[in-house]
Amino acid sequence: MNYGYFPGCSQTGSAKEYDISLRRVIDKLGVSFDEIEDWSCCGATSAHATNHKLSTALAMRNIMLAEQQGMESIIAPCAACYNRLIMSQFEIANHSGVKQETEKLLSSKFLKDIKVFNVLELFLKIGINKIAENRKRELSDLKVACYYGCLLVRPAAITKFDDAEQPTSMEKIVESTGAHTIDWNYKVECCGAAHSIARRDIVVDLSKNIIDDARAHGANVMAVACPMCHTNLDMRQRAMRRKYPGHEEFPVLYLTELIGLALGMNERELGIDLHYIDFKYADSALENSIANKMG
Amino acid sequence: MSANTSKDTKKLQPSFVTSPPAPDSCQNTYNNSDHTQKHTVADEISERTFQDVSLCYQCGKCSAGCPIRYYMDIAPNKVVRLIQLGYYDEALKSETPWLCAGCLTCSTRCPKEFDLAKFMDAVREIAIEKGVEVKQKNIIKFHQAFLDQIRKHGRSYEVGLVAEYKMKTLDLLQDIDSAPGLYLKGKLGILPHNIKDRKVIKNIFKKTKNKTDNRDTESTY
Amino acid sequence: MTVRVLPGSVKIFSGVEYSTDYKYMCSDPGQNLIKEAIHKYRLDAIVVGSCSPHMHERTFRNAAVSAGINPFMVEIANLREHCSWVHDDIESSTHKAIELVRMAIEKVKRDKPLTKINVPVTKRVLVIGGGIAGIQAALDVANAGYEVVLVEKEPSIGGHMSQLSETFPTLDCSQCILTPRMVEVHQHPKIKLLSYSEVVKVEGFIGNFKVTIKKKARHINEDLCSGCGLCITKCPIKKKAYNSFEEDLAFRSAIYIPFPQAIPNIPVIDETVCTYYKTGKCGMCVKVCDRQAIDFDQKDTMLVADIGAIIVATGFKLYSIDKKSADSKYKGYGEYGYGKYRDVIDGLQFERIASASGPTSGEIKRPSDGKEPKKIAFIQCVGSRDDSKGISYCSKICCMYTAKQAMLYKHKVHDGEAYIFYMDIRAGGKMYEEFVRRAIEEDDVKYIRGRVSRIYEKNGKYIVKGEDTIAGMPVEIEADMIVLATAMIPQDNAADLARTIGVPYDKYGFYNESHPKLKPVESTTAGIFLAGACQSPKDIPESVAMASAAACKTIILLSSDTLEREPVVAKVNEDLCAGCFYCKKVCPFGAVEVKDVKDINGIVYKEVAYINQGVCQGCGTCTATCLSKSIELAGFNNEEIFAEIAAL
Repeated sequence: MNYGYFPGCSQTGSAKEYDISLRRVIDKLGVSFDEIEDWSCCGATSAHATNHKLSTALAMRNIMLAEQQGMESIIAPCAACYNRLIMSQFEIANHSGVKQETEKLLSSKFLKDIKVFNVLELFLKIGINKIAENRKRELSDLKVACYYGCLLVRPAAITKFDDAEQPTSMEKIVESTGAHTIDWNYKVECCGAAHSIARRDIVVDLSKNIIDDARAHGANVMAVACPMCHTNLDMRQRAMRRKYPGHEEFPVLYLTELIGLALGMNERELGIDLHYIDFKYADSALENSIANKMG
Repeated sequence: MSANTSKDTKKLQPSFVTSPPAPDSCQNTYNNSDHTQKHTVADEISERTFQDVSLCYQCGKCSAGCPIRYYMDIAPNKVVRLIQLGYYDEALKSETPWLCAGCLTCSTRCPKEFDLAKFMDAVREIAIEKGVEVKQKNIIKFHQAFLDQIRKHGRSYEVGLVAEYKMKTLDLLQDIDSAPGLYLKGKLGILPHNIKDRKVIKNIFKKTKNKTDNRDTESTY
Repeated sequence: MTVRVLPGSVKIFSGVEYSTDYKYMCSDPGQNLIKEAIHKYRLDAIVVGSCSPHMHERTFRNAAVSAGINPFMVEIANLREHCSWVHDDIESSTHKAIELVRMAIEKVKRDKPLTKINVPVTKRVLVIGGGIAGIQAALDVANAGYEVVLVEKEPSIGGHMSQLSETFPTLDCSQCILTPRMVEVHQHPKIKLLSYSEVVKVEGFIGNFKVTIKKKARHINEDLCSGCGLCITKCPIKKKAYNSFEEDLAFRSAIYIPFPQAIPNIPVIDETVCTYYKTGKCGMCVKVCDRQAIDFDQKDTMLVADIGAIIVATGFKLYSIDKKSADSKYKGYGEYGYGKYRDVIDGLQFERIASASGPTSGEIKRPSDGKEPKKIAFIQCVGSRDDSKGISYCSKICCMYTAKQAMLYKHKVHDGEAYIFYMDIRAGGKMYEEFVRRAIEEDDVKYIRGRVSRIYEKNGKYIVKGEDTIAGMPVEIEADMIVLATAMIPQDNAADLARTIGVPYDKYGFYNESHPKLKPVESTTAGIFLAGACQSPKDIPESVAMASAAACKTIILLSSDTLEREPVVAKVNEDLCAGCFYCKKVCPFGAVEVKDVKDINGIVYKEVAYINQGVCQGCGTCTATCLSKSIELAGFNNEEIFAEIAAL
């Protein structure tokens, strides 16, 4: 099955490595997708925080493009984009006034029901056996804290693929790489999201709590599936250390990078070297010392 | 608009408060002196969010679970309470809606299935439309800068976003530690990526315009 | 509408001899007006334009009877609910009133005198459920001299009340006040107790039910067993099954008696864990029983009883999302870690922990490590008043039992701290509000108004994230144990049982009373009464009061030898009936039977529908369904109805 692909703006910039690793990993797993031609921003937090009509129209333009380009389903790897797309679809499906208004703005009609998948759904659909079968490397010394954040599983009534409070789908995927997962408290707590720039102080506090809880429960790496979460949890660690001098660096990987490592790729191929917090795994010289380093 | 607007003269009072409400900018369109006759802010929110504000029974579970609760001036449930009672001015001026990160924790756990995140979206929207002075200026400036990038390019352009945000806030030093890093790592494009059909995006912005997007040049905040 | 124009307007319709109006026609002077008119004008039928027939039909029919007219020659035109209450425009509503009266006139002209039906009564009562409500009802009926069959699905009677530690607002020991009643049931000559049994089929009708009861195999010969308990002590299977009486806080052996004061004091063998049923070996209980009471081959048996009236007292269960009921239709509480953390328990589990006969002998210890919790957070309205969990109602008892539990905790752990998260304190009841105040003022229980959003474990403590909505401040408490006051919900099989016995239930599965104010213990099915929490959440005094009320209604029913029933029942024209039996499929009361029609030589030549007049409730579903138009509902036959429509 071919999927439509909606990368989202971050994947062209600060979350480049998410895009790179996703493409490499699914290529290895024998799946392909077509990028939606001329896709535009989903509107993100800024649109729905200030103007709901704008927000719905911006998100639905991409659904409309996918429909016009003959796609039946879309992969939206960014959790925030995914959430904006399905929430806008929900609005359109449930309120005919919104539907008509949006159709007018886009001067076209919605005819098909395009299914939007997040990255977890994608891997569950591909099949976690497939990851295990293609595994080139055992990540068994990794203890992974799977971080879902807000927008992958909420609101459960609309996302409809995992429990909103105690989700487990990412754990299943991560375990297929041979890595261990840990049970912890902050897997659906918010990292501060779009306040990353305007209220960095909040983001630093919230993200620090998340990292501390992961560490306290024995994790040595965190897996995420959202560029915004990654920015806050990875890039903001520098600010964290300024505010909390005792803060120790903690590596945060995209889920796709973790899978990529298991499939035998190296950090450079996956873009892990683009992270703020260094994480070296494939380099065999360091592979042994990693456990000590992150103890 | 002056930052320390006198609260006493500019207050929107609920109908059961005996002292007569003073004229207020909000009252041009939303006069709440008579709940039964006029289209109130509460009505407007209910219409925009497809849910009645009277659904909320003030259990406080939203505030209890809000990750940003500690940074807010008033609890999220209290914003709903103020709207329910007709204290629109207090509600619209609160920092709380602006600090809401839209994480949906409250909406997910609400026993009344009241979508509080959506409610907060509507409160912000109405506050902008009425020109209510917002204390969290940086947040609104960020949103403006972000939306400007989309209007211009069709996609978010991080360099332009940060540059414009810094121009708006004059906070030139923040993020100075991360931006060069991002350049060095080759993550930030020097040039924006323009989509082909920018006309349609411009048109969407034009047709859905509210006050956020026409203030990029002359910010009144 | 204008009432005063009505008499003149309807007087002109054919057949109307006399018409008048009066402000309170249901009052004595009003009724006298009717009676006088009947005599004076020699009337043979009456139309009253008034309020709903639900209110005063009986009044006017009795007035007609006392003036010598058949009561079914009275028709009511509902001018209140159907006209004056629902229309504003005076002119058009007056016109509508005239039309309504005209319709009633056309019907009454075609009405035929009907006579009440008499049915015999079996003087034996079935009580379903052996909790406090069932026990009370059974004792009351038996003490009035009638036979009672008490059916309990568990091995012992006693219900939830037997699990409670102390009761509010007096703090007296629950078992101490309950067990004498249980013994009384056991010893009563008029009560036949069928424990470990279930009602599987109810046929018949008021006064004449035929009830089939399944007596589940205990694998013990009840006549031989002395209840010595040696088999239980010697049973080698000790830790394979959770003790459900202890709310899974303890284990029990494969052969067990649920609790020491059980009635009857006869064990049950749990086939799912007993070694004998797995390997055919062991038989330790057989070896130690000197009365040869163990019977591995015992099978379920069916009993049939003739019953005159039924009291349903099946009680409630507590909303829980432990692993056993993970597929429950109610969603769980993942945000509270309920079902994940062992120290997050429900109200009944706390009762067992606080109970002197419980798994900790009444010492407050938390399940995970047996340590005494120094700080407990009680959370009210878990499930209750939560639309998102499918339970919109208030469970009514939780405010009181949470106050009681916090109090018990403080009495036992003097340096402990108790926090109660609540939304409202609903303490309506004698000495209830005072009780809650006592918890706050004397026992220093801290009440925090606000629902808790999340609970998670950190270093052996449970972090409770709440908001004090009165202070407008966020609250975080590090508790050692959490008690959730989970909702009272209907028993798992409540809907199935309702269908078996034929009582309607609401969207939650609680059984419906006939009238919320004036018939609170009657079900809508004649001869079936409700008692206790199967109807809605209730505390002990309310359940007991309702049980006595249901018993009283039952005794009234049994006090006469025959029953009078309204003659508004369906009747089949056997010549026209084609025997398709669609009526049998649609009848909600099971009143349609198959009747053989025989020729002169006694040979069956066709089958037709026959409607049991005792069971028929006169709903008319069969008449509407009948393809051959061979069923008529007395008092509402086609001629009458069509005349009404034609008059419009």
